[in-house]
Amino acid sequence: MRFSRKALGIPYGIFLLLFVAAPLAVLFYYAFTNGSGQFTFRNLTGFFTDANTLGTLFYSFALAFVTTVVCLLIAYPTAYFLAHSRLKSKSVMIMLFIMPMWINFSLRITALKELLTMIEGNLACYPFLNSVLGMTYDFLPFMILPIYNVLTRLDQSLVEAAKDLGANNTRTFLKVTLPLSMPGVMSGVMMVFLPAMTNYVVLDMLYNSTYIMGSLIGSYFSAYNWHGGSMISLILLGIICLFTLLTDTDKEENVRGGTLL
Amino acid sequence: MTGKIRIGRLVFLILVLLFLYIPILLLAFYSFTNASVFGSFSSFSLKNYVTLFTTPDMQNMILGTVVLALLSSAIATVLGTSGAIGFFYSKRRTTRFFSSVNQIPVINADVVTGFSLCILLVVVLGIGKDTYIPLVLGHVALSAPFVYLSVIPKLKQMDPSLYEAALDLGATPKTALFKVIIPQLFSGIVSGFMLAITLSLDDYFIATYTKPATFDTISTYVVNATKGTHTEVKTALWALSTLIFVIVLVIVIAMNVRAAKSSSARQQRRNG
Repeated sequence: MRFSRKALGIPYGIFLLLFVAAPLAVLFYYAFTNGSGQFTFRNLTGFFTDANTLGTLFYSFALAFVTTVVCLLIAYPTAYFLAHSRLKSKSVMIMLFIMPMWINFSLRITALKELLTMIEGNLACYPFLNSVLGMTYDFLPFMILPIYNVLTRLDQSLVEAAKDLGANNTRTFLKVTLPLSMPGVMSGVMMVFLPAMTNYVVLDMLYNSTYIMGSLIGSYFSAYNWHGGSMISLILLGIICLFTLLTDTDKEENVRGGTLL
Repeated sequence: MTGKIRIGRLVFLILVLLFLYIPILLLAFYSFTNASVFGSFSSFSLKNYVTLFTTPDMQNMILGTVVLALLSSAIATVLGTSGAIGFFYSKRRTTRFFSSVNQIPVINADVVTGFSLCILLVVVLGIGKDTYIPLVLGHVALSAPFVYLSVIPKLKQMDPSLYEAALDLGATPKTALFKVIIPQLFSGIVSGFMLAITLSLDDYFIATYTKPATFDTISTYVVNATKGTHTEVKTALWALSTLIFVIVLVIVIAMNVRAAKSSSARQQRRNG
């Protein structure tokens, strides 16, 4: 066969179909079958009629919502001040804010846990607060980076035009800067909200025994209940899809892993 | 901007930095003492570092994490890069289809990725976790999409006539690929590889659902250790955290110095 550039895509294409698409198909199958392989809606109706699992869904949303808002309130000003600072070494400064994400998250949460233990004494007294702190501590850099990227690329002449046309600083910010930075905010929200619903290790490590959606998958996994776990995964996928459709994030804005390119 | 506002902004930035760094720096400080909790210590000591480097368990998990990261990232880089080149030159429809499949692991929650891979590979196909195949495949599936995403922009920037020119001048397609296309993509490939490494090192969920029971990565080991009551293990991990912090710091400084050098060289070229 003649060598062609197209053919280079074949191995990765097969890989994606086998190990990215196929696992999702299997999830679908397991979510709608029971232990003996029969088709059933039990797993789905069970989730939405059980007070415990609904409570978990609600708690996950509450935790993710509060975490996202706190991250946003810290990250937006940080990104804005950095992008608009006259500091010479802006790239070094942003590095400082991003660098923690390259340190293993479990070790960072360990550090936070030791500090909180020193301050609070017994961690179990403030489970929700500690979880929000832990998640914020873990995910903050992922919120700062996309907002910073958008703000530095923002066309300054638009801001100047608004000011020339008589808008004051507040109005310029609300009518020009903020709307134009929304893509960065949206990808930041994506980077924080979904992990905050699923990263149950942060809760475990900070002694919050309440379940979030991720913990449900973990407990089904430990109990070898593939069908229940698949349904939770499917519900999470539904939430993710909904989010992606609502936010319509730009692919290039994704900053997981912390690339600055 | 008035001076007051500027100082206010600076104070805010410093407070955020303190929030991010105080826990890590305190942990680093106490890692050099004999303390078992923050707040009190009687003497400085290197025992945490000694424990870290002499306990076989810990040596194995550090080595295992590094080997896994290098291996899975190497595979992910080859797959992701060749995939990016292949799909970029394919029909529009093919490209669009595979880039959306490529997005799935990027936006999906890691718990779901890990769980679904475990069901497919271990439950349905019956591949034993002890073979390490599910673990390596899981990490490749997590990181290859990010390699793909960091190579694609470089392909878009590349001048398409370069490849044609190489062929016209008598290069075989293979030579043109290795001598013309890949060098053009190199910076994207390198950053994709680095990204893959950081994703693999930071992963907890995919490892938990696909790893052999006797194998631990740093993440799974740390999480298990916090549930246990071995103070010695716990404080030795403080030493590990400190070492990782120093390594990351050195890499970041080195990258910055290099970037500064190359940008000043570029400026000199432009001026001279």
